[in-house]
Formats: sequence, C-alpha cells, structure tokens
Amino acid sequence: MKKVYRLKNLGCAHCAAKMERAINKLDGVKCSIVFMTCRMTLEYETEPDINEIQRIIHKYEKDCDIQ
Amino acid sequence: MTGKQKFVLSRIILTAVSFVAIIIYAASREINLLIFLIPYLIIGYDVLWDAVSNIFRGHFFDEKFLMSVATIGAIALGEYPEALAVMLFYQTGELFMDIAVNKSRRSIDSLMDIYPEYAVVVRSGKELRCEPGEVAVGEEIIVRPGERIALDGRVIGGTSSVDTSALTGESVPRDVAEGDRVFSGSVNLSGVLRIEVSAEYGDSIVSRILELVESAAEKKAKTENFITRFARVYTPIVVASAVILALIPSLITGMWSDWIHRALMFLVVSCPCALVISVPLSFFGGIGAASKRGILIKGSVYLEQLAKTDVVVFDKTGTLTYGSFDVIEISSKIDKDQLLCLAATAEYGSNHPVARSIRRVYKKQLVAPKNVEEFPGKGVISDGVACGNASLMEHLGIKVDEVVATGTVVYVARDGKYLGHIIVADRVKDNSQEAVEGLHLLGIFTVMLTGDNMAAARAVSDVLGIDEVHSDLLPDTKVAKLEEIEEEVGSEATVCYVGDGINDAPVLATAEVGISMGGMGSDAAIEASDIVLMDDDPAKVAEAIYLSRRTLSIAKQNITLALVVKGIVLLLGALGVPGVGMWAAVFADVGVSVLAVLNAMRCMRLPKNLTAPTEE
Repeated sequence: MKKVYRLKNLGCAHCAAKMERAINKLDGVKCSIVFMTCRMTLEYETEPDINEIQRIIHKYEKDCDIQ
Repeated sequence: MTGKQKFVLSRIILTAVSFVAIIIYAASREINLLIFLIPYLIIGYDVLWDAVSNIFRGHFFDEKFLMSVATIGAIALGEYPEALAVMLFYQTGELFMDIAVNKSRRSIDSLMDIYPEYAVVVRSGKELRCEPGEVAVGEEIIVRPGERIALDGRVIGGTSSVDTSALTGESVPRDVAEGDRVFSGSVNLSGVLRIEVSAEYGDSIVSRILELVESAAEKKAKTENFITRFARVYTPIVVASAVILALIPSLITGMWSDWIHRALMFLVVSCPCALVISVPLSFFGGIGAASKRGILIKGSVYLEQLAKTDVVVFDKTGTLTYGSFDVIEISSKIDKDQLLCLAATAEYGSNHPVARSIRRVYKKQLVAPKNVEEFPGKGVISDGVACGNASLMEHLGIKVDEVVATGTVVYVARDGKYLGHIIVADRVKDNSQEAVEGLHLLGIFTVMLTGDNMAAARAVSDVLGIDEVHSDLLPDTKVAKLEEIEEEVGSEATVCYVGDGINDAPVLATAEVGISMGGMGSDAAIEASDIVLMDDDPAKVAEAIYLSRRTLSIAKQNITLALVVKGIVLLLGALGVPGVGMWAAVFADVGVSVLAVLNAMRCMRLPKNLTAPTEE
C-alpha cells in the first residue's frame, strides 16, 4: 500500500529529513517526505499507527500536523 | 504574509528600535544587563522556549538550541549587544527564509495550476455542475469556450479549437471536431463541445501528470541524498570543534572568554539548513519548469542523469519521422490492388506503423485472417500470406527480387511464392532538424537506431546530420545495441534513448534515461519511460537537457556558496580575525540560506530563448 499525506506547517527542511529518517526506522514502513510539496508518502504492508507517526513528527516540529 | 510572519516582523521592528535606543543610551552610561534582557526576550523567547522543550524531547543540536547556547554564552561573557544582535539577525533571516519558501511553494503550485475546478455533466437531460471526480465513464459533459476540459474523452458534438499548452507546452491551438480525442487540462477556446467521458478523473491525463510531477521529488537525486547525509555529519563535527576550540586553547593560554567567544561562533554556523533546503528546491523547480513545457520528468534522479547526457540515441520511426508511411511504389506479379489487399489483410491485426499505413492506403473493408503468426521486427504470416521484410523471406526460404530503395520494403508472398513488394516511406518531422542541431549545440553526440534497411536509414540521417546510424535492428537487438553504446560511453556519462513507446517499450525501460514521445494517450509510453514528452516534438529533448543542466549547475552553485561562506567564516572565526564576530556567523547561516533559496528559485523560470539552447 502506498498512501500520500499532506503535512501542514512543515517549516524546516532539515527537520523534514530527520522526520523521514525516524519514521523509516519503524518496522515495515518506507517513508519519503518532500519539503517543497509538504507531501509525505508512506509505503507499507500493514498500515502503521498514524498517531505514532504524528508523534514522531511532533517531536521534530511541534506544530506540524498530518492532514 | 501570514499572521505568524507579521507577528515576528513586529517583534523584529520593536527589538531593532529598542536596540538602537539602548546603544545611544548606553554610550554615556554603564551597560546594564537588564536593559538588554528585555528586548532579547522579546525577540528570542520562542527560540529559547523551543530549545528547552526540544531538550526534554531528547533533541539536542537543533538550530534553536545552538542559537540559544550561542546567545546565552555571549551574555555570560558580557557581550550583551552581540547576543541581542545575533538573535535579531537570526529571526530576521528566518522570516526572510519563511517568506521565500512560501513564495516558491506558491510558484510551484501555480506551475501546476491545471486542475479543472468543475465539470458540467448532462444527466437526464439536465446540465449539472459538479466535481470532476463525480463524473463516471460514458457520461456526457459540456465544455463551453473558456472552460477547462475536466476529463479525458471523445468529442460527440460541436467543433472548436483547444489550447493544450498546459499539458504539452505547445502554444498553437489544436482544432477538434466530432470523433476526436480531447484531454483533461486543456482549455476550450471557441465553440461549445459535447464530450463523452472515456476515463475517470483519477485516470485522466491531468491527474496523472500532477501525480507524476508531485511524486517526482520522491525519487531523490544523488546530490540530494549526499547533502542530507552530509548534513548529518556536518553539524556534530562543527559542534565538536566548537567544544574543542572552547577548551583546549583556553587551557593552554588561559584566555577563556576569547576562545569561548570564538567557539560560540562555530555553534551559529553549524546549521546545515541552507544546503538541505536549496538543493531539493532547485530540483523541484527544474522539474516544475520542464513540466510547464510539456516535459514530464518522473524523478529528480532522472533530471540529474539527464544533465550528464553525452549521447542521445533516437529511434527513427515515430520519433524523428512522423511514423505515418505513404506507399510510394508497388511492384507486383499480380494485380496491384490485389497485392495491396493481400498485404492489408495479412497485416490486419498489427499495430506496426507500416501495417497501419498499408491498411490506410487500401481504404476498403477487410476480413480478419484466421491464423496469424507474428515475427517481431520481421513481419507476419496470416492464412498463408507472408508479409514482411527481406529477413522474413529469407527465414521462409523465399527468393525475392533485390530491391534498393530509400523506403521500407514490404515483400508479399503467398504459399511460399513471391508475389511482389510494396515500398513505403516515412516523412521526417519538421522539428527533427532542430532537435539534432540543438543537441549538437549542447555538445551531444547523436545516434539513430532503426529496424529499416540502411538506405532508408541514410535517407533520414543524412538530412538531419545524425552522427551515427545503426540499421536493420530487431526489437531485441536494439536493446543490445543500446547496451553496447552505454558500455562504450562508460558510467560517468548518460546515454538517453528517445522513442515513441509504441513498439520500443523494452528499449525505453532498459535505457539509463528513457524518453518517450507523444505521452498523451499512450499509457505504455508513460509507464516505461523516465521522461515523457507530452507532444511529438523531438526538439524538446535538447530543451530538457538544457533545463536539467541549468538546474544542476544552480544546485552546485548553492552547495559551493554555502560551503565556501561557512568555511571562510569558520576559519576567520577560529583565527580570531578582528571584525568577524557572531554577526558574520549569522550571515553564514541564515543569510546564505536566503540567498540559496532565491538562487534555487531561478530553476523555475523558463529561459527566454528556447529554440537555441546554449550552455550556461
């Protein structure tokens, strides 16, 4: 499965790279975040817990929300 | 400007004014920490707060933390004005950066402003305005002049001309009438069109293009990955050097405050943001600009490879030529019309351009043959009639007349007996000459591959001035030939293959960079290739290479700018050159970021003179 999310208030390119790396450490999830388009693409076999991913994102940018 | 940005701006102005006031006031009096602390907190409270809360969440060394440590350090050393100035510059730079990023995001959006907003569908005799996504295949939509066609379909009523420039970059409108295919994203210019929808919105060309361009940035280029990896080691190294710089020379010389001051500068310079942001932005801008010209690049990585192109290999038929053949000669032992009928019937099911043109020339109704055996790259045998090139006849052991012609020779035989031959010839595309010249201007070597005989190949390549020609190739030997050329060129440079995607999908797929033409309407071509030219114009190849080279050179400029400025500031700071204070460090950080973003935005602009691309 491949799903695309929009990230609101993604403000820092370096943070986006850090988020991408942290989410990629989750089991069975391939994540790609494009800073310019504010798009996060997740590829997975079993759907990951989106709240968990949101939590990771908040760790790096506290007002960046998944839409 | 957003509300948040306005708020930051008012804090910046307030702080700047009080800063000046304090400097004037402090000129005649002793400097008081408290007077500086108030504006310092006004401008920096959120940075400090974020730094503290990040530490609690386990994140050290983000730029807010570094900026906080640097300024608090400066305060501890008694450098109050410097601490305030650094925070002020930092916030100003961040604001500029934010505005620049928003602006470039908006211009990217406007590059992709081809979304149809609504569709007018006819349901039970009534016209209904609805979301394009709500229209089903087979329904009828009405498009009035000035409106955007929302879904792909076929015209069932009305005539008009449509502007496909958003899809193809081609500015000349296309005339359409009943029976013609039209594509979503194009704008109806003159008459009212009634269209039968042939694809759901999600499968329509406009959705596919947008999806392609937006997801292109996910296939990150090597340069991008390099920068992200570089950033991961850069910050820790600079921070570590800052610690070393603060401790070791101080222990030796005892001049603690001087060396700590120099170390704090290092902390300010250690943020890699300028690099991390500007490189992907350059690539994305380049992809955006190309898409505006009807050149769809399916990933930043292909843009990067394209820039290194040394050799462009063209397929002949359908790429450099129109792929629509005219019969120029029929030589037959039986009635000529009968021979044409036999050939057209034999080629009944074939999608090959030669087969299509023979059927077109015959015009009359055909009966489908029962037993059909296809020989890819050679021809076909249907119901005992063999129709194909010399190698098919040789394979069947049929003796044929030796024919020397500048076209493609199709031999016809029935039950092992040679009947005659048909010569068809293709026409060179109007833009092919420009395409080859454009590539030569960029210093690129051109090669042409074809399944045709050498005479037919030469007829095209000599006119166009192509450097190298390989003829008489079968689909699989085309792949082998391409691999051979790639081998010769080596891994440093790129070999591009340009084809129409109709019968050379395997070649497109194996090529380092596969460019397909006429993407509108051919799913296979879009699938198999890395770059899709939406219209049939081979001259777009040179343009794409030009845009990719420009993008890469802008990305490299940004990398160099950031590294050189940061390097110089670090060096001067470590040496303690007078005048190079923390303000220089802030410039090396946010100032360079802003410059890099502004430079990267150049990638989005289209060059004025597109017909004669030159090296930048």
